[in-house]
Amino acid sequence: MRSLLYIVTALAVIGLAFWAYRENYQTQAEIAKTEQINREIGQARARLTVLRAEWAYLNRPDRLRDLTDVNFERLGLLPLRPEQFGKVDQVAFPQPIEPELIINNPVDVFGMNGGEAVTRGDSTFP
Amino acid sequence: MIRTPLRPLARILEARASGENPDAIERENLRIRHEQMRDASRGRAEGRLLILSVIFFCAFGVIGARMGVLAATEPAEPRAASTGSAILAQRADITDRHGRVLATNFETHSLYAQPLQMIDKERVAAELAAIFPDLKQEKLLKDFTGKRKFLWIKKKLSPEQKQAVHNIGDPGLLFGPREMRLYPNGKLAAHVMGGASFGREGVHAAEVIGVAGVEKYYDDVLRDPARQGAPLALSLDLTVQAAAERVLYGGMKLMNAKGAASVLMDVHTGEIISIVSLPDFDPNARPSPLTEGDASDSPLFNRAVQGVYELGSVYKIFTAAQAMDLNLVNNQTMIDTGKALRVGGFNIGEFQKKNYGVLSVEDIIVKSSNRGTGRMALQIGVKRQKEFMKAMGFMDYTPLEIVEAKGGKPLYPERWTDLSAVTISYGHGISNSPVHLAAGYAALANGGTYIEPTIIKRTGAPEGTRVMREDTARYARQMLRKVVTDGTASFGEVQGYAVGGKTGTADKPKPRGGYYDDKVIATFASLLPAHNPKYVLVVTLDEPTETSGKKPRRTAGWTAVPVAAEMIGRVAPLLGLRPEIEPGELAGITLTSN
Repeated sequence: MRSLLYIVTALAVIGLAFWAYRENYQTQAEIAKTEQINREIGQARARLTVLRAEWAYLNRPDRLRDLTDVNFERLGLLPLRPEQFGKVDQVAFPQPIEPELIINNPVDVFGMNGGEAVTRGDSTFP
Repeated sequence: MIRTPLRPLARILEARASGENPDAIERENLRIRHEQMRDASRGRAEGRLLILSVIFFCAFGVIGARMGVLAATEPAEPRAASTGSAILAQRADITDRHGRVLATNFETHSLYAQPLQMIDKERVAAELAAIFPDLKQEKLLKDFTGKRKFLWIKKKLSPEQKQAVHNIGDPGLLFGPREMRLYPNGKLAAHVMGGASFGREGVHAAEVIGVAGVEKYYDDVLRDPARQGAPLALSLDLTVQAAAERVLYGGMKLMNAKGAASVLMDVHTGEIISIVSLPDFDPNARPSPLTEGDASDSPLFNRAVQGVYELGSVYKIFTAAQAMDLNLVNNQTMIDTGKALRVGGFNIGEFQKKNYGVLSVEDIIVKSSNRGTGRMALQIGVKRQKEFMKAMGFMDYTPLEIVEAKGGKPLYPERWTDLSAVTISYGHGISNSPVHLAAGYAALANGGTYIEPTIIKRTGAPEGTRVMREDTARYARQMLRKVVTDGTASFGEVQGYAVGGKTGTADKPKPRGGYYDDKVIATFASLLPAHNPKYVLVVTLDEPTETSGKKPRRTAGWTAVPVAAEMIGRVAPLLGLRPEIEPGELAGITLTSN
């Protein structure tokens, strides 16, 4: 009984030692991976800074102005002036197409046609 | 185990027969047995001691070895986790109010040489001189062949230059990585940005430090790692700034001015939306300051902030506002400007020796009468005028967050006499920068509170200090509107924006006293729209001449005002101001007395 306890304890110690060893190495590996990712993030940030700088450089007002001048025929862009403000009423909206009025059951209001109903389509006004 | 009996019968019998004491045999045997037991237990104890000593030796050996290893290796923090800290740029970006980049960092390389490792010094010197035209071959060769072991050749390299130097292929030429400051918009807002250069330089990195402008003012903030690279947002608007610079440049050329400045300020928050000083420079290649001559001729000189000038009649409105605020006059009080005004032994005259006769306070501003404001200043008195000027910020340098702001210290008389009061009432004898003036006009525009101008984006309007009553500011604004509709600034009318403003033409002082006859500073300070002002615009031209007429014209009405009007036409739509119909004056209400 006693020796069984000893064996079980020894096995438990070995098992725990193995587990701790594995965890330790896994942690180290994860840390190394994180650092690798951090390095990559750093490089990506550096690239992003360059791209941002480039974006800002390509969008500098001087260059855009020159580009609009060069492409004036195609784009027709001019500096914004106060006259260009408008009101919504000034916008020409397309006219809504109204459906043709269809009269299905005409009523004889004159009573001059001998009770005959006014037929659709022909105007029988006197 | 066979135990030896203590009293072996044979020996006992033998001893009895010979008359010896048999007990002696027993004692003898007992002694032998005890000795055997002692030896056995000693052996066991020695074995245990040996094992223990081995264990102890191993344990101490391990500890000793560990200590030795710890002592011999580089110290390193034991890590249980990896920090997720961001990799930051050395210096934070600067952006405009909408987050568009005004200054950022860029990775580049420096070029240095170690002549001891250099193989073919003549060839290297010749090829370097071919790549960099600003380097001299003889000088390089002298440096390479001299005693120096290390020298910098270039602080910044473009990728093409780096490749060209690589192609030389000499082991004595080395590259070091470093960051540089980049202003992608070039000359835009150059005076605000200032510029940056390198501080302490190493082979592997170099410190980027601000040398002027906001870069220097906020140097420690921009370099603070605790901010985690959060960009510094300025109050400037990139689009508006670009448009203002272009219009002002055109205006400066048209009016043959040698310099120009403009300030556009939000009247409620004190934020400066655009600030221009021409001529300007490229902060990417900041020119070196002038070593001789007038510093104000250098493009580095920020006219809008450092340029303190006597700005002339633009101050008249402050005199009128103060007189109204003190209930000395109202806007319709009649003042005789025809009578000669003699103060401290000097005659105060009008522009071109005109005589306006009896004018109301409003007309004094509209016609810009020196004697009229002079008389009001005499009523106000020296002490109250001085206090008012101080409250309006005209006696301290502007609190703008650029280092040059401290260089724009106003000039005013040490002894503030009656004569000073009179001349200051129409803007002579006190020198201020356009930013001072913009802040003063903003106080009129926002209903009588002085708000410190700033170049940094603000959230919400700060609480200013009240310098005049709200109705005083309203009357002052009506007067300014009249100056544009009926007075000297008629070119300032921009349809839909109800511009109000005041012109000022001041003779430039000679360096040795006295004034030039043909050199003026023309200023137009304006509010828009005058009935509900949102922005203040100050335009100043240095030595303008308008030559479309027979005689050259230099007054602000002919020079600064048209430029300002053009600028308003360009900039106001960009600020989101819709042109609107000016509300008319209420009929039937006339102010009869104050």
